[in-house]
Amino acid sequence: MSEGGGMSAPRPTSASGEGPTSPRSRVAIVAWLFQALLLLALVAAIAWMVSNTLAHLRERGIHAGFDFLWQPAGFEIGESWLSYESSQPFWRAFVVGLANTVRVAVPGIVLATLLGTLIGLARLSHNLLLRALSTAYVELLRNVPLLVQLLMWYFALTELLPASSDALQLAPGVFLSKSGLSFPWWEAGAFEWPVASEITISGGASVTPEFLAVLLGLATYTAAFVAETVRAGVQSVSSGQVHAALSMGLTPRQSLRYIVMPQALRVIVPSMTNQYLNLTKNSSLAVAIGYPDLVSVANTALNQTGRAFECIAVIMAVYLLLSLLTSALMNRYNARVALRGGG
Amino acid sequence: MSRFPFRLAAALLAFVLAAPAFAGKTLDTIKQRGTINCGVSTGVAGFSAPDSQGNWSGLDADTCHALAAAVLGDAKKVNFVPLNAQQRFAALQSGEVDLLARNTTWTLTRDASLGFHFTTVTYYDGQGFLVPKKLKITSPKQLKNAEVCVQSGTTNEKNVADYFRAQNIKVKTVVFEGFEASFKAFFAGRCQAYTTDVSGLAGLRNKEAKNPDDYVILPDLISKEPLGPLVRRGDDEWFADVKWVIYALIEAEENGLTQANVDEQKANSKDPVVQRILGTSEDTGKLLGLDKDWAYRAIKAVGNYGEIFERNVGPKSVLKLPRGANNLWSKGGLIYAPPVR
Repeated sequence: MSEGGGMSAPRPTSASGEGPTSPRSRVAIVAWLFQALLLLALVAAIAWMVSNTLAHLRERGIHAGFDFLWQPAGFEIGESWLSYESSQPFWRAFVVGLANTVRVAVPGIVLATLLGTLIGLARLSHNLLLRALSTAYVELLRNVPLLVQLLMWYFALTELLPASSDALQLAPGVFLSKSGLSFPWWEAGAFEWPVASEITISGGASVTPEFLAVLLGLATYTAAFVAETVRAGVQSVSSGQVHAALSMGLTPRQSLRYIVMPQALRVIVPSMTNQYLNLTKNSSLAVAIGYPDLVSVANTALNQTGRAFECIAVIMAVYLLLSLLTSALMNRYNARVALRGGG
Repeated sequence: MSRFPFRLAAALLAFVLAAPAFAGKTLDTIKQRGTINCGVSTGVAGFSAPDSQGNWSGLDADTCHALAAAVLGDAKKVNFVPLNAQQRFAALQSGEVDLLARNTTWTLTRDASLGFHFTTVTYYDGQGFLVPKKLKITSPKQLKNAEVCVQSGTTNEKNVADYFRAQNIKVKTVVFEGFEASFKAFFAGRCQAYTTDVSGLAGLRNKEAKNPDDYVILPDLISKEPLGPLVRRGDDEWFADVKWVIYALIEAEENGLTQANVDEQKANSKDPVVQRILGTSEDTGKLLGLDKDWAYRAIKAVGNYGEIFERNVGPKSVLKLPRGANNLWSKGGLIYAPPVR
């Protein structure tokens, strides 16, 4: 399973090259009929499940439906790039949660790719120390549960940083503390400077320890998988290619850049898509360390309204959408690096 | 490895596939099964928390023990199901638990739209703030621009937003899914304040803080949090049983019945009220689908309401909470039970 997302229509292989009346085309018609029946049965089963569920919910006096999305949310969200306050409706809160998920997933993917590629190449290095270190990195990060790593990053950050009441001033207007990294930010037509008060830092913008822990945790964890993908991709290129490149007078670096990588990418890109999808989905673990991602917001909404079905459905729909979007982008890129003409 | 709460998924699945209506059958199911499935917290000191042997104790746990004693004749026949804040409602809706005794606040939304009945209030609480002493904060109004740690899935999250919006003060909430993670972050210094019900704050301060004296609970309360057990709608018999077992414990305190003297009172008391409670004159149990000793067994198993309070959350317990609003109505509190008659 190398490609995520895309669905392709079933292709009746038996009908190829046959006339319309041949027995084999009749087999094909029967095959299509079967598929149609199966689809119908599936739709009927889902419809039954939905109606059964709704009937039961009604019977037990449980309110259902998505109407709550337009009611005021009533809770605050700790950090966001979009403006939000508790009097705004639930759907707005969901959008803010989604923005927070994207805000951690996109830089996470970039970081994981850079770090993973470097480590993957280091695993193939002739330098013994580099090879050993990168192998150790991959084995360690890959084999410890991500949730544990996230908690470790988070508690390390919050323990090590100085208390918010005596924040470390790195530069004028830049403070580092348990509240995160605060810096001046363009706000309402003017630069707003963070100010240290007796209890905490206020004003300006800040990168919170929650965000940092999720970002670092996801990036370093996924980098281990990316490294393995890159290593496998490079090793899939036959060594004869490298020898040929070197004998043509290319430097090792040039041979990597112009000969090995273009061929390796064909192997790397499809499984890299999976890593990117995983990173995005894994960001849902952020809820454990207080980062207000989509799942965190949906959890809160679920509890304020009791609409478990609806909130879970929103989470599923959004992650599905994100995943399909990611795979669509990656499939386009894959088409560019794939072999032309061949199958 | 997308983490999906298994119990929530199971509960939702139960709706999808459930066989029709089981209204009115809870008591029969419990008697047949031989245990009560009691939904509790994953560990809130004084309310429901397991010890090292896995025995649950606390005010909520004792409600379940009393019910088991009244219904099944053995206080130990309780199957405690620990539920986090997110799972709890789905677990009750789907029938995974028979009742939810999980320091849950009685609100309109929960009572009217989730298919539940709140039975009665067993603890009158209010939301407050725990702050480090060294910040010298004496009122929540001084928390301007501060960060407040809170657990998600609670009424606390919404109260804190409402309160500070009304006061026109900006604070930042840091919301954690797990109770553990939320207070650990607070004690690590991530937030300037932690907020939950005062009973919870007392438990945190006295049990989890390295040095309890470094922290203070602010005297201001920002909300009413009436806590009590709830049951599914559609089974009025079971609803009545839960209510009346709790009422009997309150009546017991009012009439001086204790775990220690209940046997002697049952044998000798000439007081008609006591005789009625203990089933020596009238058989009130028949009306509830129970036998006549139901209240006697509940009192014998866990003591009266006052004893339960003292043992789990009172001044001599680890929480050291004053009786306050949770005293009997006759002693200036709010605890009041309709008569067992």
